[in-house]
Amino acid sequence: MSLGAIIGMLISSILIENYVFSRFLGICPFLGLSEKPSTAFGMGCAVTFVMTLSTAITWALYHFVLIPTGLEYLKTIAFILVIASLVQLIEMFLKKSVPALYAALGIYLPLITTNCAILGAAILCIQNEYNFIESVTFSFGSAVGWTMAIIIFAGVRARIVFAETPKCFKGTPIALVTACLIAMAFAGFQGVKLPF
Amino acid sequence: MSENKFSVKKHFFSSLFDQNPILVQLLGTCPTLAVSTTVVNGIGMGLSATAVLVLSNLLISLLRKFIPKQVRIAAYIVIISGFVTAVELLIKAFLPSLDKSLGLFIPLIVVNCIILARAEAFASKNGPVVSMIDGLFMGVGFTFALGILGLIREVLGSGSVLGYTIPGFKPILFFALPAGAFLTLGCLIAAVNYILALSKNKKGGSK
Repeated sequence: MSLGAIIGMLISSILIENYVFSRFLGICPFLGLSEKPSTAFGMGCAVTFVMTLSTAITWALYHFVLIPTGLEYLKTIAFILVIASLVQLIEMFLKKSVPALYAALGIYLPLITTNCAILGAAILCIQNEYNFIESVTFSFGSAVGWTMAIIIFAGVRARIVFAETPKCFKGTPIALVTACLIAMAFAGFQGVKLPF
Repeated sequence: MSENKFSVKKHFFSSLFDQNPILVQLLGTCPTLAVSTTVVNGIGMGLSATAVLVLSNLLISLLRKFIPKQVRIAAYIVIISGFVTAVELLIKAFLPSLDKSLGLFIPLIVVNCIILARAEAFASKNGPVVSMIDGLFMGVGFTFALGILGLIREVLGSGSVLGYTIPGFKPILFFALPAGAFLTLGCLIAAVNYILALSKNKKGGSK
């Protein structure tokens, strides 16, 4: 796989096929944790880390364990278990050896297990029949795209707090309308044709 | 007995309106936004989630005394993903067109917050029959909201109802796009907030 193709895949997974605005993955934390740009950044880093690692592991698990034993239909159960235990392991590892990072990511880690973007990335890589490098590139790019979306959204939301919105639109409804406007901006990337 | 029946009825209405999982509790937004392009997709997704919800609530409630507290979340996830896999295989076998349009979002029922939330908040504390009823009602609430969202988006976005084209109506493509999904859900939640606030004011006034 050439370098150009990898860069193309990164750009496409970050901008064109953005997880939040075109695939609808990871919306719950996107709406729940985007009140402050700093929390959004912490969550984004934790997601990027776990998503890249978990896709690498689930890819290996699928190709070296599930296919040889003919148990492909168990992939949902196997993947969610891998993700849940990986999150637990990372939490324990960070607590012991990198306390600074643990303090920064700590509270977001357990929430990642039920983030559908992680399981979604693992399953998408299998469905699209990506090889190992493609899978890792794709999941890393998607996670970066997700992080970018949540940070942009948090920035806009921080200002909306001060705006006068109709009473019934306060809170989530106005956040969804904001997301709609950002999604329209991202829809502009759909027309981009990559030269790779 | 009559008291029990009354509470069932109350539970039903609260899961449809003031405790609706999507419109009020905001659980499971990802599949909601993604599959509500048409009524059929929305209801198909709703019914598959309902099936998983009822079965997992039943099993978790039966096993609630045997699952140790420390590993309960992991145990719930394994139970839920078992049922999701069964539902996924059934849909693949009998409804291949639905499988094609829901795609990735069937396996993702596993991480749908509604199911884990009901397991943790209700099934782990209540008996099997009540838990099943709770699962059914929550599922109906989910399906109901998905159906409405799907109807609005199908009529406006592709100018059809249940696949039949409305003559003389020019569809607005915007509502079929992701941006339209965010806007429709936002407006729907705002409308529900408005109605709930109105009915609360009325109740307060009569007192």
